Amino acid sequence: MKQDKLVIGGHEFDSRFILGSGKYSLDLINAAVQNAGAQIITLALRRTNTGDTANILDYIPEGVTLLPNTSGARNAEEAVRIARLAREVGCGDFVKIEVIHDSKYLLPDNYETIKATEILAKEGFVVMPYMYPDLNAARDLVNAGAASIMPLGAPIGSNKGICTKDFIQILIDEIDLPIIVDAGIGKPSQACEAMEMGAAAVMANTAIATAGDIPAMAEAFKKAIEAGRSAYLAGLGRVIEKGGSASSPLTGFLKD
Amino acid sequence: MSKRIDKNTNHMQYTEDMEAIDSDIMDQVIAEMEAYDAAKYTAADVKRALDAETCSPEDFKALLSPAALPFLEEIAQKAQKETRKHFGNSVMMFTPLYIANYCENYCIYCGFNCNNKIKRAKLNTEEIEKEMRTIAETGLEEILILTGESPNMSSVEYIGEACKIARKYFKVVGLEVYPMDSKDYAYLHECGADFVTVFQETYNSEKYKTLHLGGRKRIFPYRFNAQERAVMGGIRGVGFAALLGLDDFRKDALATGMHAYLLQRKYPHAEIAFSCPRLRPIINNDKINPKDVHEPQLLQVICAYRIFMPFASITISSRECARFRDNIIQIAATKISAGVNVGIGGHTGEEKGDEQFEIDDARNVEEIYQMIEEKGMQPVMTDYIYV
Repeated sequence: MKQDKLVIGGHEFDSRFILGSGKYSLDLINAAVQNAGAQIITLALRRTNTGDTANILDYIPEGVTLLPNTSGARNAEEAVRIARLAREVGCGDFVKIEVIHDSKYLLPDNYETIKATEILAKEGFVVMPYMYPDLNAARDLVNAGAASIMPLGAPIGSNKGICTKDFIQILIDEIDLPIIVDAGIGKPSQACEAMEMGAAAVMANTAIATAGDIPAMAEAFKKAIEAGRSAYLAGLGRVIEKGGSASSPLTGFLKD
Repeated sequence: MSKRIDKNTNHMQYTEDMEAIDSDIMDQVIAEMEAYDAAKYTAADVKRALDAETCSPEDFKALLSPAALPFLEEIAQKAQKETRKHFGNSVMMFTPLYIANYCENYCIYCGFNCNNKIKRAKLNTEEIEKEMRTIAETGLEEILILTGESPNMSSVEYIGEACKIARKYFKVVGLEVYPMDSKDYAYLHECGADFVTVFQETYNSEKYKTLHLGGRKRIFPYRFNAQERAVMGGIRGVGFAALLGLDDFRKDALATGMHAYLLQRKYPHAEIAFSCPRLRPIINNDKINPKDVHEPQLLQVICAYRIFMPFASITISSRECARFRDNIIQIAATKISAGVNVGIGGHTGEEKGDEQFEIDDARNVEEIYQMIEEKGMQPVMTDYIYV
């Protein structure tokens, strides 16, 4: 059987679970990564300490691909500067673009995100933009050189699930890059749902960070994502809207 | 220099040298506050506020009302849920640094006021650097620079120099200094500052007039609009506070919340913060002043801020005791000071000037760090990048 790999910017991954690293205790990061089977972990550059106290970078296990994000950026220019800084401090070429200038809902600015993506892709970054699921913006991101598209399911931290389901489905259907559902995923069943829809991967942070048992929740997500992926690959059965279905109510007459 | 401001000066009138901006936020806040009748809210209103998915200004009023006090446990639980969603288990750490205590204002409740014969001092740049280096060695990456309110003794340029030094040692530089014009905020932003907090003390302008008898602080609207001028000057985040207990704390808390709410609606990118200082009640004073702010009332206000603006940073002062602080960071506060010394030059053990007030929680950075970890939370030294 052909191996089912997630390919982003030419890099191959077996795991389809991207784990956030913020919002919880540093000494739980390792256990969360192990139990989640995650190969990519996001990192807010603004969170990294340079002093003597605990540095989040020291807690991330080796062999995991770092995905620094540009949180804190309010426009394309700031995102570009943060991305370059991340590369300088040794975080690699992957970058998740987050451009937010709304302190209340933290919704991304697609227009500025496209501008930042274009600049950074030209500089050789593997650019993974966080965006509001809009087909035209997604097409622009493809043209700008994005390596994947990361539409939000619901506002960051809301744990509301995939409120934007129909629009994410459009992206999955129309965009050839991996579609990674990011933000809003509150529980494993929602991650499973995203994968059943055909999402290439799921990113989660708050749902795990605020769980009673962080490593256990990380594992639950891993299983849900694998189940959803398997279901997608198997091809979901047809859903009957209501009642039973007569075998051929309209065309049966042809056999008369 | 402008003419002297004293108790006969109209406190609602800008002086000629003050920048007057075009804003209707103050009028809206005052109107909301004046119309707020906390006594009319019922248990049903409080329950509705607790069930609401997003907290409206009307829900916020219910949560601040006396009817909400019996629901304090439920309110705290909702506040905790909101805090977790937005901040996870993180608690930010910082310390204040007082670089000068000269003051030109006459605020009758304040130890720094210009008529008090206290030891005045101002750190020079070498002393500021020495203090900051000492603080940075504790591992902190966020600093809050404070002065008394004297534009003559602590000029914008002087504060700017302090910001430039701070940028060398810290990732986050906040200011709690006298209100200034937007061009001055722009200059301080260039120097490295990115957060400005101004305490309005009380939003009741008639009460305000009787408490602030001299100095530029007497001019109520200039102080009120400081946060907006700061945002106009490019400052990223602004902090709000009323000194709870100066006047009816429910009205002041409502006004503080509405001030922040309306500013964030006008400037959606502005980051919002609250501080929650209070006047301590005198023992057995309840009959004299039923509006004293005891710990339950303080908790109620902090939780109401959290539920109303779940994304806002809330700082808990070292004026509160360790027991209260250790618990509130698990419920609603997201930022805690540590290793606090409110004297001038106190961090290097060479205090030159007197303190504004006494602190209650004197634990050092390591002790606060450990306490946060023991509560199962994550101490965070920086969550910010200066761009």
